[in-house]
Amino acid sequence: MKKLIAIVLLSVLPALGMAAGGPSVPLLEANNDLSDQESLQRGAKYFVNYCMGCHSAQYIRYEKVAEAAGLTEQEVKDNFMFTETKKIGSQMISSMDPDDAARWFGTAVPDLTLTARIRHSGDWIYTYLKSFYLDDSKPSGVNNTVFPDVGMPHVLVELQGLQKANFKVETDADGNEHKVFESFEQVKAGSMSPEEYDAMARDLTNFMVWASEPMKLERQRLGMWVIGFLVILFVLAYMLKKEYWKDIH
Amino acid sequence: MSEKQTFLGWIDDRFPLTKVWNEHLAQYYAPKNFNFWYFFGSLALLVLVNQIVTGIWLAMNYKPDAGLAFASVEYIMRDVDWGWLLRYLHSTGASAFFAVIYLHMFRGLMYGSYRKPRELLWIIGVIIYLAMMATAFMGYLLPWGQMSFWGAQVIVNLFAAVPFVGEELSIWIRGDYVISDATLNRFFAFHFLLPFVLVGLVFLHIVALHKVGSNNPDGVEIKKNKDENGIPKDGIPFHPYYTVKDIVGVVGFLIIFLGVVFFAPDFFGLFLEAPNFEPANPLKTPDHIAPVWYFTPFYAMLRAVPPMFGSQFPGVVVMFAAIIVMFFLPWLDKSPVKSIRYKGPIFKAALALFAVTFVVLAYLGLKPASPILTLLAQIFTALYFAFFLLMPWYSKMDKTKPEPERVTG
Repeated sequence: MKKLIAIVLLSVLPALGMAAGGPSVPLLEANNDLSDQESLQRGAKYFVNYCMGCHSAQYIRYEKVAEAAGLTEQEVKDNFMFTETKKIGSQMISSMDPDDAARWFGTAVPDLTLTARIRHSGDWIYTYLKSFYLDDSKPSGVNNTVFPDVGMPHVLVELQGLQKANFKVETDADGNEHKVFESFEQVKAGSMSPEEYDAMARDLTNFMVWASEPMKLERQRLGMWVIGFLVILFVLAYMLKKEYWKDIH
Repeated sequence: MSEKQTFLGWIDDRFPLTKVWNEHLAQYYAPKNFNFWYFFGSLALLVLVNQIVTGIWLAMNYKPDAGLAFASVEYIMRDVDWGWLLRYLHSTGASAFFAVIYLHMFRGLMYGSYRKPRELLWIIGVIIYLAMMATAFMGYLLPWGQMSFWGAQVIVNLFAAVPFVGEELSIWIRGDYVISDATLNRFFAFHFLLPFVLVGLVFLHIVALHKVGSNNPDGVEIKKNKDENGIPKDGIPFHPYYTVKDIVGVVGFLIIFLGVVFFAPDFFGLFLEAPNFEPANPLKTPDHIAPVWYFTPFYAMLRAVPPMFGSQFPGVVVMFAAIIVMFFLPWLDKSPVKSIRYKGPIFKAALALFAVTFVVLAYLGLKPASPILTLLAQIFTALYFAFFLLMPWYSKMDKTKPEPERVTG
């Protein structure tokens, strides 16, 4: 019987490898830090300047940005809120009409509040921001290795410059040929050095990870107290039980 | 003191307060040899209360409306004071409920808690399990994310596979031709109602338990050995002995449960699935639709059965049969002993294989289907049913050890 179990388990193992698909391009690690308020401030700035032209973060209110990034309400008003009608409690909604957006880009422009959770973590966002490459076959002139055929143009091109992607052709076990991404090659410099651009992408990622779950640091902080309390309570409860049970044999 | 007695006496003349307290706690005699596995009954009750309390507070801010539901959940998470905690307690609680119940059921399998005279207790338990599944399934639609929508679409479509009336039946369940606002409204109504049905069923479960008395890891009846006062020699009053013991279990459980709530509420995409953070979109089918982990063993069995005569119905039958077969368990076990401690090697191996089968099926149900995984699902589906259907034979021919007269501590 044990042998049978072993055989069955061993036969499952290769299946595990096969089933674990996911993106063909390995994701880069964002290494963002939610407790870094300056990074959140810069991330919010990039988000408002480069993303919010088209994308909303509709579940975020400006006052929450002030709170998380350590800014005053006035600072947020002066730097992030460009419409007179917006109040500090307003949601971060793009001024682009969603119907126009759908017409211009051929697809609905997604809200970005929860992108980091849809994509499991910030790593995907970080990699995405760094993975636009020249592709003449696309209307926007660029494509993306982690989001093939993406409708979004490379809005950060003035910062990053342009890169092209090198692919190699691989033949799999079934004899099918695949284009496999190898590396990027800078063809036109942007206003930022590659290191500055990485730092910018990390800040922007940091902001979006915060936006996807603004209470994350607070829940972890509270969690330490809760678990600490329970561990002490556990010891007391165990001693109480021992005391009650000492004459049960 | 006398004032209190008078007051209690006044109550007792009108309501059997002291009698209920004694019969079910202070003078309810439980076997003294409960082990770790006996924590899960009281823990299930705790989680049920958690679900009801957090659920009511969530309902105060949730909008059962296809246009508003998704945003109202995010509103709870961000703008409602402590809303995120209520929501994580509730979403983690759903998974914890099933985890605790699966362990509670496994305890029953190990120690033969379903055997005479506890058949009805077991049957009520299986009904509770079914009601839980219905509650969880309808609750999962409420956040109105992509997985909510498409998961419900897949499961309700199963009813469409029923011959002749299927199409009508699925429309009747949805209230529409697709999952829609009408479906969301009725699922919310049932999701609010069913927990109270669960409370009623749990009450019946406990009434039945206290009628026949608790089983124990030795599977011997403590009521067979009573002292001169009619008290089982191996029994101890539930209160205070098991109340103080269960407090230890509760605190231990809370350390794990709240550890998940505070540090990994989506539990690596198992408790809160990533695609469910995207609002439901009827025009965009996700790449891979999988139910939440606690349903996946049954989902794997559903997919394991190939369509016959162009109909998915056989798979649906197998999936429901996998639960229905549990009702017959008390009459399938022909072993002369109850507990795994005195059962022979065949039953031990069968139970171990069954546990492995359940976990493997749960894993397979999470994965996209592929030829090799489907084959595995078919093998393990067969093993799942073999555990139950062959039990009359293997439990009878097994070499058992004699049961002791008294519990062994």
